[in-house]
Amino acid sequence: MKQLLSFVIKEFHHVFRDRKTLLMLFGLPIAQIILFGFALTNEIKNAKIIVVDYAKDAASRQIIDKIEASKYFDVENSLSSHEEIEAAFKEGKIKMAIVFPLNFYEDLSRTNKAQLQVIADASDINTATTLTNYISSIVMDYQNSLTRGIKPPFQIQTEVRMLYNPQLKGEHTFIPGMMAMIMLLICVMMTAISIVREKELGTMEILLVSPFKPIMVIASKFVPYLLISLVNITSILLLSTYFLKLPVQGSIFLLYAVSLVFIITSLFLGLLISIKSESQQTAMFISLMATMLPTLLLSGFMFPIENMPLPLRVISNIVPSKWFYIIVKSIMIKGSGFQTIWKETLILFGMAVALLLISLRNFKIRLA
Amino acid sequence: MIQINHITKTYNKGIVRALSDISLNVERGELFGLIGPDGAGKTSLFRILTTLLLPDSGTATVAGFDCVKDYKKIRESVGYMPGKFSLYQDLTVEENLSFFATIFGTTIKENYELIKDIYIQIEPFKNRRTGQLSGGMKQKLALCCALIHKPEVLFLDEPTTGVDAVSRKEFWEMLKRLKDQGITIMVSTPYMDEASLCDRIALIQSGTILSIDTPEGITKAYGEILFGIKSSKMYQLLQDLRNSPGIASSYAFGEYLHITFKSNTNKISEELMTHLQSLGHTNLDLKEIEPTIEDCFIKLMTNTSSLQTKPI
Repeated sequence: MKQLLSFVIKEFHHVFRDRKTLLMLFGLPIAQIILFGFALTNEIKNAKIIVVDYAKDAASRQIIDKIEASKYFDVENSLSSHEEIEAAFKEGKIKMAIVFPLNFYEDLSRTNKAQLQVIADASDINTATTLTNYISSIVMDYQNSLTRGIKPPFQIQTEVRMLYNPQLKGEHTFIPGMMAMIMLLICVMMTAISIVREKELGTMEILLVSPFKPIMVIASKFVPYLLISLVNITSILLLSTYFLKLPVQGSIFLLYAVSLVFIITSLFLGLLISIKSESQQTAMFISLMATMLPTLLLSGFMFPIENMPLPLRVISNIVPSKWFYIIVKSIMIKGSGFQTIWKETLILFGMAVALLLISLRNFKIRLA
Repeated sequence: MIQINHITKTYNKGIVRALSDISLNVERGELFGLIGPDGAGKTSLFRILTTLLLPDSGTATVAGFDCVKDYKKIRESVGYMPGKFSLYQDLTVEENLSFFATIFGTTIKENYELIKDIYIQIEPFKNRRTGQLSGGMKQKLALCCALIHKPEVLFLDEPTTGVDAVSRKEFWEMLKRLKDQGITIMVSTPYMDEASLCDRIALIQSGTILSIDTPEGITKAYGEILFGIKSSKMYQLLQDLRNSPGIASSYAFGEYLHITFKSNTNKISEELMTHLQSLGHTNLDLKEIEPTIEDCFIKLMTNTSSLQTKPI
């Protein structure tokens, strides 16, 4: 026990004396969360648009006011002619143009039908779609205000409710996804590298020729990285609660408990990589390939798994971050309890056991 | 204390032969040297004895324990200092020492007496990071770490490689003192001049043992009369000697060339001198000298290599 403790202290010395490692361990998660949470959301705010208003009547005025009032749009300037629109798009400053034809209000009140042209820059397809949706709903809103009091003969009202994320905030999917990716990356890479480093430096040779059991070497690598990972989870949760205003809906205790299972799975994956690689570079490369790519592509966090071809859907099942992503999403956003995530947790647990067994089988008590 | 019987070790599925049929014994309390150039198989043998590698065939015991079956027992009772410096460079001197003490289930205090002479030299730097120590200091610390648990047998793989001459001398004095405390020491070195400091040595080359004896025994067994020769044109001299019919061997050795004759008669040296003078050599100096370990090694090496078809 004293040996283990002294080994753990040694590991902490390694971590705290190497500024680069330290920065990566604690800086990376924070930087990633801030980056993804703030800069890279798919929500659009203050998109610059221009309005060409030939009508200049009450109806067009009211719609323009509504658009200006919404936080999504910034009406850049009102152009007088149609031709100027293309030039403005080419400059690349504006995302969308709205054209009100002459006699807009008259058409609307006399024939009950008016046309409104919306021109969007579809070179960025996501932005274009989102913005046209926003405009449509603003126009719809105006239309409803006109027909208030008058009962149309037939009307189907679809009442849409966006559960758990009524404002459709991007953070809701990014935080659980980032949490899965960062935890996996750090746990796997750090354990893999720190064990391989002992091999590369030759210290493993001395440790092997000592009464200290090789399996204890592994155990003592786990404790520091487990603690560091818990610190990271805490900092991510604090950031998301106070900085991105996304508090945990479910039980924090449950979230930590499940995270612990995920961290252990990741640590064992790192162990397996360290057993199989001879140099720190190899370990780092394999770790990146085994964590970043599958998490980005196959965890369901960037691309929906349901739409993938069958082989990819099958492969996605062995990506631990997929399961953790589902769990975190349920607990953080839906506020679900253990009864809804026990299956995913059990899968992660099973992965940990399998990885440990494979590692123990391949573990070398000698050099070759 | 160490018994090695017919150990053979190959790498890459038998393509590279590192050790072939090695047998030797080291007595309790002996300072035993394994002398040979780089790539001779010294490290492979050390790793087999310290249970880090498995031999292909043959058996070995250390302190009475089998290297394969009782590896755990051996790991408890030996001290090992690998050829490559292998301590944590980002830990301080004291942290390294106390870490290894704990790993071996002891404390610095408990065995301080054993390492005192050595540790006292590096103690002023005990709060310095190990990576910032000089080569000699690093080796002293590594020795302390290998000794901290009071091992019965100490394996030192090329402990003086890359260390300056003064530190090397100090290092060997330390080994002598450790030997006096009853620790069996097996040390390897590529430096032939260090061989005479051992009780017994084994000369090893290309995975085969050329000879095992005391240093004196090895030089006595040289069996020929060795001459040193020099002239003002040394390179020319070596070429001329190699073309002279009466010369058995000739090679550079410090400021002299060492030569042996095919037959030793009284006249032969005079004949050689006249021959060389006629070739234009001046300041010629020829004298009979005592063979060193290196001379013996070169002779043994040429003998075995002429038996083997494989060139060196």
